[in-house]
Amino acid sequence: MECIYVPQDKLLTIKIAEEIDENVVKKLRRKIDNEITRFMPRKVIFDFSNVSFMDSAGIGMLLGRYKVIRMLGGNLELCHVNKQIEKIFEISGILKIIPLIKDNEIYEYGGKNVGNI
Amino acid sequence: MLGIYDNEMKLEFVSKSSNEAFARISVAAFASQLDPSIDELADIKTAVSEAVTNCIIHGYENTIGIVKVECKLKSNWIEIQVSDNGKGIEDIELAKRPLYTTKANLERSGMGFTIMESFMDELKIESIPNMGTKVTMKKYITPLDDKNNENMSIANQSKQKEGI
Repeated sequence: MECIYVPQDKLLTIKIAEEIDENVVKKLRRKIDNEITRFMPRKVIFDFSNVSFMDSAGIGMLLGRYKVIRMLGGNLELCHVNKQIEKIFEISGILKIIPLIKDNEIYEYGGKNVGNI
Repeated sequence: MLGIYDNEMKLEFVSKSSNEAFARISVAAFASQLDPSIDELADIKTAVSEAVTNCIIHGYENTIGIVKVECKLKSNWIEIQVSDNGKGIEDIELAKRPLYTTKANLERSGMGFTIMESFMDELKIESIPNMGTKVTMKKYITPLDDKNNENMSIANQSKQKEGI
């Protein structure tokens, strides 16, 4: 999992690279919360380009991270979500509070890799 | 065991969440005999993952037990039965309700049955408190010929649009 941080925008992009299920979520939760408390970002983007599978455990995990990020005064967005995972997002209604953005290439160029977690 | 079905298989494994990936990948590999599309296969994987997760964290509440997965194939459908001998469900209708969860403290979303219901064509839940739960799901797979025809007609439509 790769973390990219843009200090001037306080933007943290986390590229998740796992199949997200109950087993993986336990470890993801801890790692992601570590990074969030380390940078206290104003905005967090979860990049799903390398996520080939997700089930409802992922929804719970995202809602949990959303709460943490909001509590610290930041926003959460998602990008590069595949069709199957988007279907799960739509059924759950999560996109009403965590928006799906088209592209975040622009941030990737501005930011630097701050570590693989 | 063999009889009215074209093929059958049965898996049994210990209720560890590290077995979720094993279960969904095994079922997907078995289902691939029906030549499902990538979307159909992804639906099956997601539904199996939900059912198995339920056995592990709700049925056995993270204690050790046995999860059973049985699959039956017949020309254009697959039936998947996921069962446990765990604590069972008191009120099935309530459990099926979207966003209802007994484990909100564990960041569960309460979407498991909703996802199984919308990704599969049929869903049946049987449960006896303190005896166990059995979830039976069925998915119809579009035969390969129809898929080819669909692709052909899409190809023809785009050809017509381009004026070929």
